[in-house]
Amino acid sequence: MALLALEFPPISHLIEWPTIFGDGPFAVNKVVLLALISAVLVFTMYFVAGRKGQLVPTGVQNFAETVVEFVQEGIILQTMGPEGLYFTPFLLTLFSFIFVTNIWGIIPVAQMPVNARMAIPAFLAILVWFIFNFIGIKKQGLGGYFKSMLFPPGVPKALYILVTPIELVSTLIVRPLSLAVRLFANMLAGHLLLVSFAVIATALFKATYVGAVLPGGLLIALTGFEVLVAVLQAFIFTILAAVYIGGAMHPEH
Amino acid sequence: MGMAMMLAEQDPGELVAGLTAVGRGIVYGGAAIGPGIGIGIVVGNAITAMARQPESAGMVRTTMFLGIAFTEALALFGFVLAFIISG
Repeated sequence: MALLALEFPPISHLIEWPTIFGDGPFAVNKVVLLALISAVLVFTMYFVAGRKGQLVPTGVQNFAETVVEFVQEGIILQTMGPEGLYFTPFLLTLFSFIFVTNIWGIIPVAQMPVNARMAIPAFLAILVWFIFNFIGIKKQGLGGYFKSMLFPPGVPKALYILVTPIELVSTLIVRPLSLAVRLFANMLAGHLLLVSFAVIATALFKATYVGAVLPGGLLIALTGFEVLVAVLQAFIFTILAAVYIGGAMHPEH
Repeated sequence: MGMAMMLAEQDPGELVAGLTAVGRGIVYGGAAIGPGIGIGIVVGNAITAMARQPESAGMVRTTMFLGIAFTEALALFGFVLAFIISG
Protein backbone atom coordinates (compact mmCIF):
# COMPACT_ATOMS: atom_id res chain seq x y z
CA MET A 1 0.00 0.00 0.00
CA ALA A 2 2.69 2.47 1.05
CA LEU A 3 4.77 1.30 -1.90
CA LEU A 4 2.22 2.60 -4.38
CA ALA A 5 1.27 5.68 -2.38
CA LEU A 6 -2.28 4.41 -2.55
CA GLU A 7 -4.42 6.64 -0.38
CA PHE A 8 -8.09 5.94 -0.56
CA PRO A 9 -10.12 8.97 0.52
CA PRO A 10 -12.66 8.36 3.32
CA ILE A 11 -16.21 8.07 2.06
CA SER A 12 -17.28 11.41 3.53
CA HIS A 13 -14.79 13.16 1.21
CA LEU A 14 -16.40 11.58 -1.82
CA ILE A 15 -19.99 12.64 -1.32
CA GLU A 16 -19.90 15.63 1.03
CA TRP A 17 -19.12 18.83 -0.81
CA PRO A 18 -18.16 22.18 0.69
CA THR A 19 -20.77 24.93 0.62
CA ILE A 20 -20.49 27.26 -2.35
CA PHE A 21 -22.77 30.03 -1.06
CA GLY A 22 -25.55 30.62 1.45
CA ASP A 23 -25.70 29.11 4.91
CA GLY A 24 -27.97 27.20 7.24
CA PRO A 25 -30.63 25.01 5.67
CA PHE A 26 -30.42 27.00 2.41
CA ALA A 27 -26.70 26.46 1.84
CA VAL A 28 -25.94 25.50 -1.74
CA ASN A 29 -23.19 23.02 -2.52
CA LYS A 30 -22.33 21.13 -5.68
CA VAL A 31 -25.03 18.50 -5.19
CA VAL A 32 -27.78 21.07 -4.66
CA LEU A 33 -26.54 23.07 -7.62
CA LEU A 34 -26.60 19.98 -9.88
CA ALA A 35 -30.10 19.10 -8.67
CA LEU A 36 -31.33 22.61 -9.49
CA ILE A 37 -29.66 22.50 -12.91
CA SER A 38 -31.31 19.13 -13.57
CA ALA A 39 -34.74 20.49 -12.70
CA VAL A 40 -34.27 23.52 -14.97
CA LEU A 41 -32.82 21.35 -17.75
CA VAL A 42 -35.73 18.89 -17.74
CA PHE A 43 -38.30 21.68 -17.53
CA THR A 44 -36.67 23.66 -20.37
CA MET A 45 -36.38 20.61 -22.61
CA TYR A 46 -40.07 19.70 -22.38
CA PHE A 47 -41.15 23.34 -22.47
CA VAL A 48 -39.22 24.02 -25.69
CA ALA A 49 -40.35 20.69 -27.17
CA GLY A 50 -44.00 21.25 -26.34
CA ARG A 51 -44.24 24.93 -27.28
CA LYS A 52 -44.62 24.58 -31.02
CA GLY A 53 -46.34 21.21 -31.25
CA GLN A 54 -45.51 20.60 -34.90
CA LEU A 55 -47.21 17.74 -36.70
CA VAL A 56 -43.89 16.57 -38.10
CA PRO A 57 -41.51 16.85 -35.15
CA THR A 58 -37.98 18.16 -35.52
CA GLY A 59 -35.05 18.57 -33.18
CA VAL A 60 -35.88 18.68 -29.48
CA GLN A 61 -39.51 17.83 -30.08
CA ASN A 62 -38.43 14.66 -31.87
CA PHE A 63 -36.33 13.58 -28.92
CA ALA A 64 -38.99 14.49 -26.36
CA GLU A 65 -41.61 12.51 -28.25
CA THR A 66 -39.35 9.46 -28.24
CA VAL A 67 -39.07 9.66 -24.44
CA VAL A 68 -42.82 10.19 -24.03
CA GLU A 69 -43.51 7.21 -26.26
CA PHE A 70 -41.05 5.08 -24.30
CA VAL A 71 -42.66 5.99 -20.98
CA GLN A 72 -46.16 5.38 -22.36
CA GLU A 73 -45.49 2.11 -24.15
CA GLY A 74 -42.58 0.69 -22.19
CA ILE A 75 -43.76 1.55 -18.71
CA ILE A 76 -47.41 2.59 -18.42
CA LEU A 77 -49.15 0.27 -20.87
CA GLN A 78 -47.09 -2.69 -19.60
CA THR A 79 -48.00 -2.20 -15.98
CA MET A 80 -51.13 -0.06 -15.59
CA GLY A 81 -53.02 -0.48 -18.83
CA PRO A 82 -54.61 2.35 -20.86
CA GLU A 83 -56.19 3.81 -17.71
CA GLY A 84 -52.72 4.73 -16.46
CA LEU A 85 -52.04 7.12 -19.34
CA TYR A 86 -53.51 9.79 -17.05
CA PHE A 87 -50.25 9.54 -15.09
CA THR A 88 -47.99 10.14 -18.11
CA PRO A 89 -46.89 13.66 -17.04
CA PHE A 90 -45.92 12.53 -13.53
CA LEU A 91 -44.08 9.38 -14.58
CA LEU A 92 -42.39 11.16 -17.50
CA THR A 93 -41.09 13.86 -15.16
CA LEU A 94 -39.97 11.23 -12.67
CA PHE A 95 -38.09 9.28 -15.34
CA SER A 96 -36.42 12.30 -16.94
CA PHE A 97 -35.46 13.94 -13.65
CA ILE A 98 -33.97 10.77 -12.16
CA PHE A 99 -32.06 10.06 -15.36
CA VAL A 100 -30.57 13.56 -15.53
CA THR A 101 -29.64 13.57 -11.83
CA ASN A 102 -28.02 10.13 -12.25
CA ILE A 103 -26.07 10.94 -15.39
CA TRP A 104 -24.11 13.74 -13.62
CA GLY A 105 -22.04 10.93 -12.13
CA ILE A 106 -20.12 10.43 -15.36
CA ILE A 107 -20.13 13.93 -16.83
CA PRO A 108 -16.63 15.43 -16.51
CA VAL A 109 -16.26 18.30 -14.00
CA ALA A 110 -19.60 17.41 -12.35
CA GLN A 111 -18.67 13.75 -11.55
CA MET A 112 -21.24 13.44 -8.81
CA PRO A 113 -24.53 11.56 -9.11
CA VAL A 114 -27.02 13.71 -7.19
CA ASN A 115 -28.89 10.57 -6.14
CA ALA A 116 -25.82 9.30 -4.28
CA ARG A 117 -27.12 11.50 -1.46
CA MET A 118 -30.28 10.25 0.21
CA ALA A 119 -32.27 13.52 0.04
CA ILE A 120 -33.71 13.34 -3.48
CA PRO A 121 -34.39 9.57 -3.58
CA ALA A 122 -36.10 9.82 -0.17
CA PHE A 123 -38.22 12.77 -1.27
CA LEU A 124 -39.26 11.07 -4.52
CA ALA A 125 -40.10 7.84 -2.69
CA ILE A 126 -42.26 9.72 -0.17
CA LEU A 127 -43.98 11.51 -3.05
CA VAL A 128 -44.76 8.18 -4.73
CA TRP A 129 -45.96 6.80 -1.37
CA PHE A 130 -48.43 9.67 -0.95
CA ILE A 131 -49.66 9.41 -4.51
CA PHE A 132 -50.34 5.67 -4.53
CA ASN A 133 -52.08 5.79 -1.16
CA PHE A 134 -54.14 8.79 -2.25
CA ILE A 135 -55.14 7.11 -5.52
CA GLY A 136 -55.99 3.89 -3.69
CA ILE A 137 -58.23 5.64 -1.19
CA LYS A 138 -59.82 7.75 -3.92
CA LYS A 139 -60.58 4.83 -6.24
CA GLN A 140 -61.54 2.15 -3.71
CA GLY A 141 -62.59 4.16 -0.68
CA LEU A 142 -60.75 4.10 2.63
CA GLY A 143 -62.19 0.77 3.81
CA GLY A 144 -61.96 -0.88 0.40
CA TYR A 145 -58.36 0.14 -0.08
CA PHE A 146 -57.19 -1.21 3.27
CA LYS A 147 -59.31 -4.34 2.85
CA SER A 148 -57.73 -5.19 -0.49
CA MET A 149 -54.29 -4.29 0.88
CA LEU A 150 -54.46 -6.20 4.17
CA PHE A 151 -56.73 -9.10 3.20
CA PRO A 152 -55.73 -10.23 -0.30
CA PRO A 153 -58.38 -12.60 -1.69
CA GLY A 154 -57.61 -16.26 -2.30
CA VAL A 155 -55.75 -16.77 0.97
CA PRO A 156 -57.02 -19.34 3.50
CA LYS A 157 -58.67 -17.55 6.44
CA ALA A 158 -56.25 -18.83 9.10
CA LEU A 159 -53.24 -17.49 7.17
CA TYR A 160 -54.45 -13.90 7.55
CA ILE A 161 -52.76 -13.89 10.98
CA LEU A 162 -49.49 -14.17 9.11
CA VAL A 163 -50.31 -12.36 5.86
CA THR A 164 -51.95 -9.20 7.22
CA PRO A 165 -49.01 -7.87 9.29
CA ILE A 166 -46.59 -8.72 6.48
CA GLU A 167 -48.74 -6.90 3.92
CA LEU A 168 -49.11 -3.89 6.22
CA VAL A 169 -45.36 -3.55 6.77
CA SER A 170 -44.42 -4.33 3.18
CA THR A 171 -46.89 -1.87 1.63
CA LEU A 172 -46.55 1.07 3.98
CA ILE A 173 -42.92 0.85 5.14
CA VAL A 174 -40.80 -1.43 2.98
CA ARG A 175 -42.12 -0.08 -0.35
CA PRO A 176 -40.99 3.55 0.06
CA LEU A 177 -37.84 2.51 1.94
CA SER A 178 -36.70 0.05 -0.71
CA LEU A 179 -37.64 2.46 -3.48
CA ALA A 180 -35.40 5.16 -2.02
CA VAL A 181 -32.58 2.87 -0.91
CA ARG A 182 -32.46 1.08 -4.28
CA LEU A 183 -31.82 4.29 -6.21
CA PHE A 184 -29.49 5.76 -3.58
CA ALA A 185 -27.37 2.64 -3.04
CA ASN A 186 -27.03 1.90 -6.74
CA MET A 187 -25.75 5.39 -7.51
CA LEU A 188 -23.47 5.46 -4.44
CA ALA A 189 -22.03 2.05 -5.33
CA GLY A 190 -21.37 3.17 -8.90
CA HIS A 191 -19.73 6.36 -7.69
CA LEU A 192 -17.48 4.46 -5.26
CA LEU A 193 -16.56 1.96 -7.96
CA LEU A 194 -15.47 4.73 -10.33
CA VAL A 195 -13.51 6.48 -7.56
CA SER A 196 -11.77 3.24 -6.55
CA PHE A 197 -10.61 2.53 -10.08
CA ALA A 198 -9.54 6.14 -10.61
CA VAL A 199 -7.48 6.07 -7.41
CA ILE A 200 -5.87 2.74 -8.31
CA ALA A 201 -5.15 3.85 -11.88
CA THR A 202 -3.57 7.13 -10.70
CA ALA A 203 -1.39 5.38 -8.10
CA LEU A 204 -0.26 2.75 -10.59
CA PHE A 205 0.45 5.39 -13.22
CA LYS A 206 2.65 7.31 -10.79
CA ALA A 207 4.49 4.15 -9.78
CA THR A 208 4.89 2.18 -13.00
CA TYR A 209 3.20 3.93 -15.97
CA VAL A 210 2.36 0.60 -17.71
CA GLY A 211 0.47 -0.79 -14.75
CA ALA A 212 -2.28 1.76 -15.20
CA VAL A 213 -3.43 0.22 -18.50
CA LEU A 214 -5.64 -2.42 -16.93
CA PRO A 215 -7.40 -0.33 -14.23
CA GLY A 216 -7.56 2.61 -16.65
CA GLY A 217 -9.24 0.46 -19.29
CA LEU A 218 -11.63 -0.93 -16.70
CA LEU A 219 -12.39 2.61 -15.56
CA ILE A 220 -13.48 3.54 -19.09
CA ALA A 221 -15.56 0.37 -19.37
CA LEU A 222 -17.19 1.03 -16.01
CA THR A 223 -18.02 4.58 -17.07
CA GLY A 224 -19.94 3.07 -19.95
CA PHE A 225 -21.59 0.67 -17.53
CA GLU A 226 -22.65 3.62 -15.36
CA VAL A 227 -24.61 5.07 -18.29
CA LEU A 228 -26.53 1.80 -18.39
CA VAL A 229 -27.08 1.91 -14.62
CA ALA A 230 -28.31 5.52 -14.80
CA VAL A 231 -30.93 4.62 -17.42
CA LEU A 232 -31.86 1.37 -15.71
CA GLN A 233 -32.34 2.91 -12.27
CA ALA A 234 -34.50 5.71 -13.70
CA PHE A 235 -36.50 3.03 -15.53
CA ILE A 236 -36.86 0.80 -12.47
CA PHE A 237 -37.88 3.66 -10.16
CA THR A 238 -40.51 4.80 -12.67
CA ILE A 239 -41.83 1.32 -13.39
CA LEU A 240 -42.13 0.53 -9.67
CA ALA A 241 -43.97 3.80 -9.10
CA ALA A 242 -46.29 2.78 -11.98
CA VAL A 243 -46.80 -0.69 -10.49
CA TYR A 244 -47.63 0.72 -7.05
CA ILE A 245 -50.05 3.29 -8.45
CA GLY A 246 -51.59 0.71 -10.79
CA GLY A 247 -51.98 -1.75 -7.92
CA ALA A 248 -53.76 0.88 -5.85
CA MET A 249 -56.15 1.68 -8.73
CA HIS A 250 -57.35 -1.88 -9.22
CA PRO A 251 -58.03 -4.13 -6.26
CA GLU A 252 -56.28 -7.48 -6.54
CA HIS A 253 -58.37 -10.13 -8.21
CA MET B 1 -1.29 -17.54 24.70
CA GLY B 2 0.67 -15.82 21.95
CA MET B 3 -2.55 -14.56 20.41
CA ALA B 4 -3.78 -13.13 23.73
CA MET B 5 -0.45 -11.36 24.28
CA MET B 6 -0.62 -9.86 20.81
CA LEU B 7 -4.17 -8.64 21.37
CA ALA B 8 -3.24 -7.16 24.77
CA GLU B 9 -0.36 -5.21 23.27
CA GLN B 10 -2.54 -3.79 20.49
CA ASP B 11 -4.01 -0.35 20.69
CA PRO B 12 -7.72 -1.01 21.41
CA GLY B 13 -8.89 1.66 18.98
CA GLU B 14 -6.96 0.00 16.19
CA LEU B 15 -8.46 -3.36 17.10
CA VAL B 16 -11.98 -1.94 17.00
CA ALA B 17 -11.31 -0.29 13.65
CA GLY B 18 -9.97 -3.54 12.25
CA LEU B 19 -12.89 -5.59 13.53
CA THR B 20 -15.33 -2.98 12.16
CA ALA B 21 -13.77 -3.33 8.74
CA VAL B 22 -14.07 -7.13 8.96
CA GLY B 23 -17.69 -6.77 10.07
CA ARG B 24 -18.49 -4.52 7.14
CA GLY B 25 -17.03 -7.04 4.75
CA ILE B 26 -19.02 -9.87 6.29
CA VAL B 27 -22.26 -7.87 6.27
CA TYR B 28 -22.04 -6.95 2.62
CA GLY B 29 -20.69 -10.35 1.58
CA GLY B 30 -23.48 -12.13 3.42
CA ALA B 31 -26.14 -9.82 2.04
CA ALA B 32 -24.95 -10.42 -1.53
CA ILE B 33 -25.24 -14.25 -1.47
CA GLY B 34 -29.02 -14.61 -1.56
CA PRO B 35 -29.78 -11.85 -4.08
CA GLY B 36 -26.94 -13.15 -6.29
CA ILE B 37 -28.58 -16.54 -6.52
CA GLY B 38 -32.03 -14.95 -6.80
CA ILE B 39 -31.13 -12.65 -9.69
CA GLY B 40 -29.53 -15.62 -11.44
CA ILE B 41 -32.78 -17.57 -11.18
CA VAL B 42 -34.89 -14.59 -12.34
CA VAL B 43 -32.75 -13.81 -15.39
CA GLY B 44 -32.20 -17.45 -16.27
CA ASN B 45 -35.92 -18.16 -16.32
CA ALA B 46 -36.59 -14.94 -18.23
CA ILE B 47 -34.11 -16.05 -20.92
CA THR B 48 -35.79 -19.45 -21.11
CA ALA B 49 -39.15 -17.75 -21.52
CA MET B 50 -37.83 -15.39 -24.22
CA ALA B 51 -36.23 -18.29 -26.10
CA ARG B 52 -39.46 -20.28 -26.05
CA GLN B 53 -41.71 -17.39 -27.01
CA PRO B 54 -39.74 -14.61 -28.68
CA GLU B 55 -42.97 -12.69 -29.42
CA SER B 56 -43.52 -12.12 -25.68
CA ALA B 57 -39.95 -10.89 -25.13
CA GLY B 58 -41.03 -7.30 -24.37
CA MET B 59 -43.40 -8.28 -21.60
CA VAL B 60 -40.94 -10.79 -20.15
CA ARG B 61 -38.19 -8.17 -20.10
CA THR B 62 -40.32 -5.68 -18.16
CA THR B 63 -41.30 -8.33 -15.63
CA MET B 64 -37.69 -9.48 -15.41
CA PHE B 65 -36.52 -5.99 -14.47
CA LEU B 66 -39.25 -5.83 -11.82
CA GLY B 67 -38.11 -9.17 -10.40
CA ILE B 68 -34.48 -8.05 -10.42
CA ALA B 69 -35.40 -4.81 -8.66
CA PHE B 70 -37.22 -6.61 -5.85
CA THR B 71 -34.46 -9.20 -5.41
CA GLU B 72 -31.65 -6.68 -5.61
CA ALA B 73 -33.13 -4.51 -2.84
CA LEU B 74 -31.90 -6.97 -0.19
CA ALA B 75 -28.31 -6.76 -1.38
CA LEU B 76 -28.53 -2.97 -1.39
CA PHE B 77 -29.86 -2.92 2.18
CA GLY B 78 -26.72 -4.88 3.09
CA PHE B 79 -24.57 -2.39 1.17
CA VAL B 80 -26.06 0.55 3.06
CA LEU B 81 -25.89 -1.30 6.39
CA ALA B 82 -22.18 -1.95 5.86
CA PHE B 83 -21.60 1.82 5.78
CA ILE B 84 -23.86 2.46 8.76
CA ILE B 85 -21.89 0.06 11.00
CA SER B 86 -19.33 2.04 12.98
CA GLY B 87 -16.82 0.95 15.57
